[in-house]
Amino acid sequence: MDELVEQFPPYREPAESGPAGPGHHEHAAPGFWSHYIFSTDHKVIGIQYGFTALAFMLFGFFLMVLMRWQIAHPGMPVPVVGPVLERILGAPAAGGAISPDLYNSFGAMHGTIMIFLGVVPLAFAAFGNYVVPLMIGAPDMAFPRVNMASYHAFFLGGVVMLVSFFIPGGAAQAGWTSYSPLATSIPTDGQAFWLIGMVLLITSSLLGAVNFIATIIQLRAPGMTWMRLPFFVWAQFVTAFILLLAFPPLEAAGVLQLMDNVAHTSFFLPTGLAVGGQLADRSGGGSPLLWQHLFWFLGHPEVYVLILPAMGIVAEIIANNTRKPLWGYKSLVYSVLFVGFLSFIVWAHHMYLTGMGQKIATFFQTTTMIISIPSVIILTCLFLSLWGASIRINTPMLFALGFLPMFGIGGLSGLPLGLAAADLYLHDTYYVIAHFHYVVAPGTIFALFAGVYYWFPKITGRKLNEFWGRVHFWCSFVFMNMVFQPMFFQGIKGMLRRMSDGGVNYSAARVPNAIDTLPGTIMELNTFILWAAIALGLAQIPFIVNLFHSIQHGEKVSANPWEATTLEWQTPTPPPHGNFEHEPHVQRGPYEYSAPGHAADFTPQNEAAATTAPGQKPVSRPKPAH
Amino acid sequence: MEIPYTVEIRPDTGLYNAKLGIWLFLASEVMLFGGLFSAYVLLRVGAEPGMWPHGWLDVRLGTINTLLLALSAITTLLAWAACKARQFAKFKFFHACTIVLALAFLGIKTYEYHDKWIHYEVDLANGTYVDGHLVEKSPDFDLAKKTGTVTLHGHIVEERKELMDLRSPAVEALKNDELTIKAGDIKKMENYGPRHNTFTAIYFTLTGLHGLHILGGTIVIFYLWGPGSRMWRRDPERFTNRIEVSGLFWHFVDLVWIFLFPVLYLT
Repeated sequence: MDELVEQFPPYREPAESGPAGPGHHEHAAPGFWSHYIFSTDHKVIGIQYGFTALAFMLFGFFLMVLMRWQIAHPGMPVPVVGPVLERILGAPAAGGAISPDLYNSFGAMHGTIMIFLGVVPLAFAAFGNYVVPLMIGAPDMAFPRVNMASYHAFFLGGVVMLVSFFIPGGAAQAGWTSYSPLATSIPTDGQAFWLIGMVLLITSSLLGAVNFIATIIQLRAPGMTWMRLPFFVWAQFVTAFILLLAFPPLEAAGVLQLMDNVAHTSFFLPTGLAVGGQLADRSGGGSPLLWQHLFWFLGHPEVYVLILPAMGIVAEIIANNTRKPLWGYKSLVYSVLFVGFLSFIVWAHHMYLTGMGQKIATFFQTTTMIISIPSVIILTCLFLSLWGASIRINTPMLFALGFLPMFGIGGLSGLPLGLAAADLYLHDTYYVIAHFHYVVAPGTIFALFAGVYYWFPKITGRKLNEFWGRVHFWCSFVFMNMVFQPMFFQGIKGMLRRMSDGGVNYSAARVPNAIDTLPGTIMELNTFILWAAIALGLAQIPFIVNLFHSIQHGEKVSANPWEATTLEWQTPTPPPHGNFEHEPHVQRGPYEYSAPGHAADFTPQNEAAATTAPGQKPVSRPKPAH
Repeated sequence: MEIPYTVEIRPDTGLYNAKLGIWLFLASEVMLFGGLFSAYVLLRVGAEPGMWPHGWLDVRLGTINTLLLALSAITTLLAWAACKARQFAKFKFFHACTIVLALAFLGIKTYEYHDKWIHYEVDLANGTYVDGHLVEKSPDFDLAKKTGTVTLHGHIVEERKELMDLRSPAVEALKNDELTIKAGDIKKMENYGPRHNTFTAIYFTLTGLHGLHILGGTIVIFYLWGPGSRMWRRDPERFTNRIEVSGLFWHFVDLVWIFLFPVLYLT
């Protein structure tokens, strides 16, 4: 195998490329449009994705703060931004307060924006685009123009989603899951906008996924065998397959629901559907459960789209800062492959309440319990990597370390939801919200912050400020937990999600004589969470300022400031067009830290073999420094 | 540095980039149509007994379309083989055939759509049903105001169920006549568009998406046949690859039809 890879034809240098390569002829300095808007360079596209996704995440966060205000103070005018809302959105925000319809819009769009326009583009498209080709020693993605089209489709999808706030009736209101027949019955075209936006986003991720897989399979540098790929690349590889195969059924479902909404078909509408007390003018005969199946066939693998790139980022940072090889690299790789495969057959655990029957529920409970095994293996490997290490603490490492217990809480709190008996009670309560936010917010988003702090010096040649980075971490860490921890208690006490009054109508204060009402202590948590959420928002200000300030004024660093082994650090900063000055020849695995017999405590993957033969592993694990 | 393996084959995978790319794309297309076909299965299984239509589509036209696409698959392959053999004129000829066959397919499909569009089911106030193709509407025809008349070429049945199986002997024995109906007698009048029932809904959605794929494929093949074929002189190897990749897509689209035809027309 190694010999075969060594024989590969080298990259064609520009001089001998001749007229065969359209788009690669010599430019003068590219203009603004071709450099920033219509760039085909994976690094520029990665940055485009990154900034767009961060902006969307901030926007999604603002929607959430507004919702938290409404939950804590139902029907009260929103301070400061209330009049602005009323001016922009009109009647739904009359008097500066959030109407239940508007609350529903915000809820649906918060979920949609955070997942499809925030976390996935940042975790998969932004980091993947920027880092993966560099890590595997490729000059660019396999299909640069497809890559550009992918970003443009994403951007357009985002625009459609944002525009839907301003149409009569407002944005989609049926939750990010858009269950039919609700999604077809609400009198707003927002749902049609949502579906068109989703089709564009799915197109974008499809183009991205094809590109990533082709790049990783075809463009690995000579010597970069499968088991020498950094774990981050493996995580992105599996993520790309999930996106490739899980998103199309949602696209199918989206097309069908669009037909329901626009062409008045009845794919998801049952016979005898009544809306507002009137029999709907529909042929009927459709199946609401069909939507749920198609949606969750995407929806559950999507969870792993959110988490796997995060695990990849954390693995890179932990290996780098523990200065020793990742514990159980092969276990990690096989686990991530297994997770990817199994994620396709757990979807109906979101549907225990649909009355699917014991046998099918048993099947999905079993697969759900099985899929927790590889996830636990991955987390355990990452924890064990810390064992005996002389850990270097810096901002990326803090966020990576923060990820481990936070994702642990998120994952373990999911077990009761995976079992039908417990889920019957907890389903659709705040417990579910707390569970998946622990996975995605202090979990994935912490990993994404870690990635930003880690790779920022590669992109700009400057470090983010370390002090403010630590302020950002500790404040975020504390406030994240203050936001989400109380929701577990609210959920266990039975507070339902998606109620625009925050549970007031089920509270002991409102209905004193009913049984099992929400006690005052639980209701008061709403105010507590509101202030924690606002504090969490304020905690992001150091990050935003730091990010923009450091582009120009951060501490200048060398091309490899973290003394890392992987290939993205073995090229000048920022990497030139084509990424590497010479084609890298990979000599060893990705995490050769503290290998014995080396002067430095790290051995880059492409450093010429001096003491070990190509492909040979170091003889013994280094002893931890005491 | 240029991107490697855009034209030449990577030794350990045996593929050039675009070929891998199109196979991955087709994998996702399988999942897209897989989702739609499973929707078909669920809708059909969930239909009330006797209410899933049979024989609503013209098997003869469907057969012709199947043959057209099968032929186009052959010409696509021959066009690629001609490129491999460096016979440009032959390539031009075969892909011209592909384009003509594809357009003929779309033409027939359009006719079928139109035929469904002017096919009406009229629920009469007296509880019977008129089913037939629109001949004409009187100028003052207005359902809401209950003025004017509409003329259909078709027949009257007592029960809606009788309209569901058009291949049954009872329905075939019915005589088709021109029937003129007063607007005032009409309870509901609806054409066989997507909203008519779940069968027409899935029929229009599946064939519509498939038709869009045919259209897209035709545009790509036309581009490669016309302006895009200039690449032949510059880089015939790369051009041949493009023909192969677009051909793989075309074969997939044909294959989808091979499933659509029995599922929609023959059952």
